[in-house]
Amino acid sequence: MTTALRCVIFRDLLLAARRSSDVLTVLLFFVIVVSLFPLGIGPEPVLLRRIAPGAIWVAALLASMLALQRVFAADHADGTLEQMLLGATPLGVIVAGKVLAHWLATGLPLVLIAPVLALQFDLPQELFGVLTLSLALGTPVLGLVGAIGAALTLGLRGGGALLSLLVLPLYIPVLIVGAGATEAAASGLGGHAQLLLLGAFLVVAAAFAPWAAAVALRISME
Amino acid sequence: MRKSGQNSPPHRERCISQAAKVGSLEAVDLKCTRGERTLFAGLAFTLRGGELLRIAGANGSGKTSLLRIACGLLEPAQGVVRWAGENIRRLQEEFWRQLVYIGHANAIKEDLSAAENLQVACTLAGLRVREVEVREALVSLGLAGRENLPARVLSQGQRRRAALGRLALSRSVPLWILDEPFTALDATATDCVQELIAGHVARGGAVMYTTHHEAHISVRAALRIDLGAI
Amino acid sequence: MSLNWFKYSSPQTFFPLAEKLALAFGAAALLACAAGLYIGFFVAPTDAQQGEAYRIIFIHVPAAWMSMFLYVVMAFWAGLGLVFNTRLSGMMASALAPTGALFTFLALWTGSLWGKPTWGTWWVWDARLTSELILLFLYFGFIALQAAIDDPRRADKAGAVLALVGAVNIPIIYFSVKWWNTLHQGASVSFTKAPAMAATMFAGMIVMALGFWFYSIAAALLRARCIMLERERTTDWAIQYAKGIA
Repeated sequence: MTTALRCVIFRDLLLAARRSSDVLTVLLFFVIVVSLFPLGIGPEPVLLRRIAPGAIWVAALLASMLALQRVFAADHADGTLEQMLLGATPLGVIVAGKVLAHWLATGLPLVLIAPVLALQFDLPQELFGVLTLSLALGTPVLGLVGAIGAALTLGLRGGGALLSLLVLPLYIPVLIVGAGATEAAASGLGGHAQLLLLGAFLVVAAAFAPWAAAVALRISME
Repeated sequence: MRKSGQNSPPHRERCISQAAKVGSLEAVDLKCTRGERTLFAGLAFTLRGGELLRIAGANGSGKTSLLRIACGLLEPAQGVVRWAGENIRRLQEEFWRQLVYIGHANAIKEDLSAAENLQVACTLAGLRVREVEVREALVSLGLAGRENLPARVLSQGQRRRAALGRLALSRSVPLWILDEPFTALDATATDCVQELIAGHVARGGAVMYTTHHEAHISVRAALRIDLGAI
Repeated sequence: MSLNWFKYSSPQTFFPLAEKLALAFGAAALLACAAGLYIGFFVAPTDAQQGEAYRIIFIHVPAAWMSMFLYVVMAFWAGLGLVFNTRLSGMMASALAPTGALFTFLALWTGSLWGKPTWGTWWVWDARLTSELILLFLYFGFIALQAAIDDPRRADKAGAVLALVGAVNIPIIYFSVKWWNTLHQGASVSFTKAPAMAATMFAGMIVMALGFWFYSIAAALLRARCIMLERERTTDWAIQYAKGIA
């Protein structure tokens, strides 16, 4: 089972590396959306410092959603997904591997570039740690829960918009807790509670989401 | 490092015959509906090791659906498919470990080379194959010199050959289900694949396939089901 | 008793029963709603702080209760259909969704109408209203997903997965929104700080809730009949029925 898991992760990372434009587009989208907030709201430093965690988190949410199509759609189109359904490894394990590779390729870059973007908002540097950690814990949850949505909407017309409608309500708790972590740290309360909660979300999502996505995949592939 | 004389294919062939005695694909009272049309109903067959089953029928008669039901990808509206006496829906991975399914789609990633594609496909199917074996398989299907090119640059026929290369690596897998394997293949490749299928059946494996070409596969036990005539 | 249940688990036998039940529950709904509105608008006393405007609570709170209750029931039926592969359960779930969405919208709208005279704004980001808004999105997602899938069996199963995932998430969503609300001290308005419940007020809300519940059953059954006819339109009984009306 671990051989197959490593094979899937390696395969997906290799594919992401060979088609790096896909991955870079998501990253650029993230950067652009973050930049839209000051353009829409005004460049007042005090205001920007206040909205920074929220704005960065919303942008990360939207970028994650944009990237979700990549998880299953390509494999579905060329028939490799079908072969995974007929594999010797439980589909949940394969889905977990794909989501992990997907996060490494699209989620991790967001986490790494977030502090740089926080500079644009003049967020105090001592908050960078909490912000990065909240994104590091939160973006995998977004990927895991989003994978369920991606599996349900596989091959449907209405594609991206339908996926957003399904998945965004489920993303909201992660957004509230994730952005709340940095805000709590900013107001001096410390973001520990929120970070722990994010960790709990991650554990629960990692345990259940791959299995739910596997069920959804079998339904969509009938 | 294995010594060349100790590949022991007889051992593997014996395994297939034993498995095939136990593992036979049995379909009982299958009914398939696509949308509102009933494609077929009351379909039953048994496919044992050493037998070749051809599903024939006009376009749209449900050949692909039947194959997918036999694989376990599609749930029939009625009826059950059994492998070695057990419902395949319950066996799941246990059944799939004994199955190779090659559908219409090649299941080839364009950004990977043919060799990488085969390696991944076999690993996910639970087969341990060495690089050498993968290369040999591709060469035997006429892709010598093209194993390491990204599949993007291969022609349709070459991609189909790469997909079918899996068969050369699946000699120990009892059940082969092939959906139009000869599509896009030229005469040489068609002969090669027919030989692979015949060889597998001779070794005690079971093959279920559909084709529009009049295939010449010489086996001792050849069955045929005509959909649309039911 | 178990024999009786399975007798009605096929669309053909459930169809006529659904009509009778729908009419019965519809009548009961009219009575209960009439009674509830009477209690709400004439019997319950005027509130000391909010005057007459608070009376919209008799629609707002039962509607909110119904919206959450119906989601759980919908998820239950959908899950049943997924596990036992029964067609009727999936049809019930699909039939419940629009009614659930309606009550969610009603809760939001009446909440908004309550907010204006009481706190001066048409929308308040309080915990319950925000949760209701997210619940509305969950309903829309379910309806949209089923609408986008042509094959009814795939639509039922996919909807079931979505409804179950949503149902599991509802407590998480509710608590995180509540937390968010308390963190951001700006919103000191809260519908939970409603007028202290006099017994009559509570009775009024319960009666309205019952009325809404009966209405939901009636509406869902009628909708389920339409779904049954549509999906089973090639079967004999459906053709007979259609000929009978025509």
